[in-house]
Amino acid sequence: MLNLPKGLNSKTVEAISHYKNEPDWMRRFRLKALGLFLKKSMPLWGADLSGINLDDIYYYISPTDKKFKSWDEVPKQIKDTYDKIGIPEAEKKFLAGVGAMYDSEVIYHNLKKQWEDKGVIFVSIDTALKIYPDIFKQYFSTVISPDDNKFASLNSAVWSGGSFVYIPKGVHVDIPLQAYFRINAVSMGQFERTLIIAEEGSYLTYIEGCSAPIYSKDSLHAAVVEIIVKKGARVRYTTIQNWSSNVYNLVTKRAIVEEEGICEWVDGNLGSKVTMKYPSVYLKGKGSKGEILSLAFASRNQIQDAGGKAVHLAPYTSSTITSKSVSVHGGRTSYRGFVKINHGAKGSKSLVRCSALILDSVSRSDTYPTNVIEEEDVTLGHEATVSKIGEQQIFYLMSRGLNETQASSMIVNGFIEPVIKQLPLEYAVELNKLIDLSMEGSLG
Amino acid sequence: MKNQLIIQDLFVSTKTGKQIVDGVNLKIKTGEIHILMGPNGSGKSTLTDALMGHPEYKITSGKLILNGQDITNFPIDKKAKLGLFLGFQYPIEVAGVNFAQFLRMAVNEQSSKRVSPVAFRNILKSQAKKLSLKDEIIERCLNEGFSGGEKKKAEILQLSLLKPKFAILDEPDSGLDADALKYLFNFINNLDFPLGMLLITHNQRILHFVKADFVHIMIKGEIVKSGDFNLVEEIERSGYAEFA
Repeated sequence: MLNLPKGLNSKTVEAISHYKNEPDWMRRFRLKALGLFLKKSMPLWGADLSGINLDDIYYYISPTDKKFKSWDEVPKQIKDTYDKIGIPEAEKKFLAGVGAMYDSEVIYHNLKKQWEDKGVIFVSIDTALKIYPDIFKQYFSTVISPDDNKFASLNSAVWSGGSFVYIPKGVHVDIPLQAYFRINAVSMGQFERTLIIAEEGSYLTYIEGCSAPIYSKDSLHAAVVEIIVKKGARVRYTTIQNWSSNVYNLVTKRAIVEEEGICEWVDGNLGSKVTMKYPSVYLKGKGSKGEILSLAFASRNQIQDAGGKAVHLAPYTSSTITSKSVSVHGGRTSYRGFVKINHGAKGSKSLVRCSALILDSVSRSDTYPTNVIEEEDVTLGHEATVSKIGEQQIFYLMSRGLNETQASSMIVNGFIEPVIKQLPLEYAVELNKLIDLSMEGSLG
Repeated sequence: MKNQLIIQDLFVSTKTGKQIVDGVNLKIKTGEIHILMGPNGSGKSTLTDALMGHPEYKITSGKLILNGQDITNFPIDKKAKLGLFLGFQYPIEVAGVNFAQFLRMAVNEQSSKRVSPVAFRNILKSQAKKLSLKDEIIERCLNEGFSGGEKKKAEILQLSLLKPKFAILDEPDSGLDADALKYLFNFINNLDFPLGMLLITHNQRILHFVKADFVHIMIKGEIVKSGDFNLVEEIERSGYAEFA
């Protein structure tokens, strides 16, 4: 059992690597990343991060060394947590596997035999490093370098936990793999890392969701998600995050998409104190596609700085970024988007649509789009709308007997419906419930 | 005082203080149909919106009494729950809100026994059919992409399920062709619950479809004349000028 004191230095990093019994290359990778982290300044743009005290964070906590093969073995406390989040029993039926993260460890893994037979690998990322060292080393950090940004450096230095998914050529995994994350310790940093490799012509839908109760001290979540979509493969990665309202959620998510491949990000952010998250697609192969659907909901004392990034590196690539944001009770949302079409990426198309709904006069929404177009033969579209919740709509719904909260909830749920319908039913129901609670002011 | 909606000496201003309704008195009994006519800008829609509680308007004096209860300053939803219904001249579109789900929620809010989704859908479908509304309308988003006629019919469809005690219908007939008018009023005339109605219209033809008990003429915020259906013929002959 490893429990380190708060704070970060090379000893912390060495201790994590030693405890995990990692190969020397990973130890060196971590130390190099730490060097980059210490050297890099905080981002000069985006949300205010001055509330983060990097010395007041635990960089590694291990609640248990044990991993569970069956649901019965999972401790009651953890099951209770899931009950509170409202994860239904029925979910197991259509889950191929559940990777549940509790503290920094993946504690439960159950991948159905049918997928194992097809060569699908779905394990904790720490396990992958041990059992599949070659494939791990071949792809790890090839999408997001430790040098990418300060929080990617941090994650690279102290990463722990997360998922590793490998889908062999031509294999379709159309049942969502699901991972639940949760922060459960005061001031605890959570630095999970996800690596997904979809070989040629394969198909994967991956869903992660997390929800956390409220804590007294600020907490930091700095994750990295890397996806490699090979020729003709398709990956959809869906995230619903509902961190407690003291969490700084700073996540780097990126996919490299090869020829005719498709990557879709569905990214919903409800909780946290500050979120900065811009799922990205690097369209490297001819005819590849990227779709980013971002949903942000900011309530009292929350900043959701979200959006997406599409980089067109090859001809006939296309990207769509759709952003929907809701701000209420003084919450603040920002759409931040970046589209780059490189010279030579002829015939490429990009469409950005962002719409913001502001529910009251104390809430706010901003839009920061950046387009860099180096090729002439391209199509680029941008639509942006900001609307205040309609007095007429409220009046209309109330005239049918709904109270004001019900009416606003209904309008908000209607507004985000295009995102909701992309989610599995349980998530959709959970999200609608969370929004109803937020509208009543009983959350956050 | 029972089975009556009373509008008593009602004055209405806009939020900015412009007076629009100038002391209106009306008494509508359950089962009666009152028709309110008047030139554009006479304050008819302001009156109906203000009665329901639209935030743009302020009732500066006077009362709205429903079955003996003064509901003048009640919240909009409470008025609705007590049995007041407003049929909108321009029904509002609400993106992403399913018509059937919305209406079931509204109906459940008003009654103590909850209707199951399946049972509700069946009732809704059969009522929609009577209005010659397409089935698919109930699966669409509230008023979104509805044609003008569909919007008007959908208002009456809502009314038929919410079963209010009194309905104020703001130009339910505008933009409807003769066939649609026939369906609409045939449906209204055959509602299976007692209802008092205040019907605003510009259309004298409406009397071919509905039996009016009273006709009122509103000009510049005041009801200048009330009478029976013969009043409509008078307007048809000589316009509103002689009442002004």
